[in-house]
Amino acid sequence: MITIAVLVAVSAALVWRRDGLPGVLDILTHDVSLFGGILPRVLAGCLLGAFIAEILPHDKVSRALGPESGLKGLLIGTAFGAILPGGPFTAYPVASALLAVGADFGATIAMVVSWTLIGYGRAVAWELPIMGTDFTLWRIVISLPLPVLAGALGRFVYVRMYSAKGADDSE
Amino acid sequence: MSAALLIDIMLWGSVAAVGLIAYRRGPRVLNASLREGAMDFINIIPRIALGVIGSGYIAAVIPPEVITAWLGPNSGWFGVAAAVLAGAATPGGPVVGFSIGAVALKSGGGTPQVLAYVIAWALFAFQRLLLWEIPFMPARFVWFRAAVSVPFPFLAAAIAMAIGKP
Repeated sequence: MITIAVLVAVSAALVWRRDGLPGVLDILTHDVSLFGGILPRVLAGCLLGAFIAEILPHDKVSRALGPESGLKGLLIGTAFGAILPGGPFTAYPVASALLAVGADFGATIAMVVSWTLIGYGRAVAWELPIMGTDFTLWRIVISLPLPVLAGALGRFVYVRMYSAKGADDSE
Repeated sequence: MSAALLIDIMLWGSVAAVGLIAYRRGPRVLNASLREGAMDFINIIPRIALGVIGSGYIAAVIPPEVITAWLGPNSGWFGVAAAVLAGAATPGGPVVGFSIGAVALKSGGGTPQVLAYVIAWALFAFQRLLLWEIPFMPARFVWFRAAVSVPFPFLAAAIAMAIGKP
């Protein structure tokens, strides 16, 4: 938090030296309106995460997405990340909730990576208009296997890094 | 902006759907999750305020030419590696990475390099890790996920080179 605050302050000072006060205010008004716009979505994301943590049955989640869930768990995580609506304010609270109710690092990595790479939210709203259809579609096609691979790699490394803990987690 | 509206509708629709399930489990479950969600929201607001309002300044002092120069035309694996570093260094935000990627494509950057850049930025833009992921998730998970993600922009570039697309 403090590092970031310092970084922001230094950057703002540099903008001020280069563009003067209007430059600083320009960015401020733009970003404040952006902030106001996403606040309701942040609230929705937090509520979604809290509801999911509360209503999902822990034993089923750890069976479907836990360390013993195999390829199926990674595929479920990938599918879940791909269909999850909203931006980072939804994906991270939900991923955090999944971790809390028994999903392992592998399945959660598959979910987060799938959300960033093949989730439709960012692709439809920003990538298509800016990068064009051809690039976007090929980028998504090439990305399709990556969430499962990242989840598998994550699981592989995790078990070797935290082998004692991994044994405790697996029921 | 109709896409944004659609996303909002789906988002709140999902909240309503899981809320209804919680409600049917009984008022205690509903109240507990509402309180939990509201507390998360209140805790997260200052961090997000700093992130969103601050990222504009950080983006403003990093000149895009620096990043596009790294991507280089036909720069091979060296260009891919530079692209991955550039992607990690690019500020988060939904637009910055795509805009720089688009500029790089137009100014003659190779598509595998631009692909690696966009994917690296999406997977582990350093600023997004700090501002978005760490506040919401256990830090241990965030760093672990970022480390595990490092090979994948390279893999995507390799696939793109192999199939000659996009």
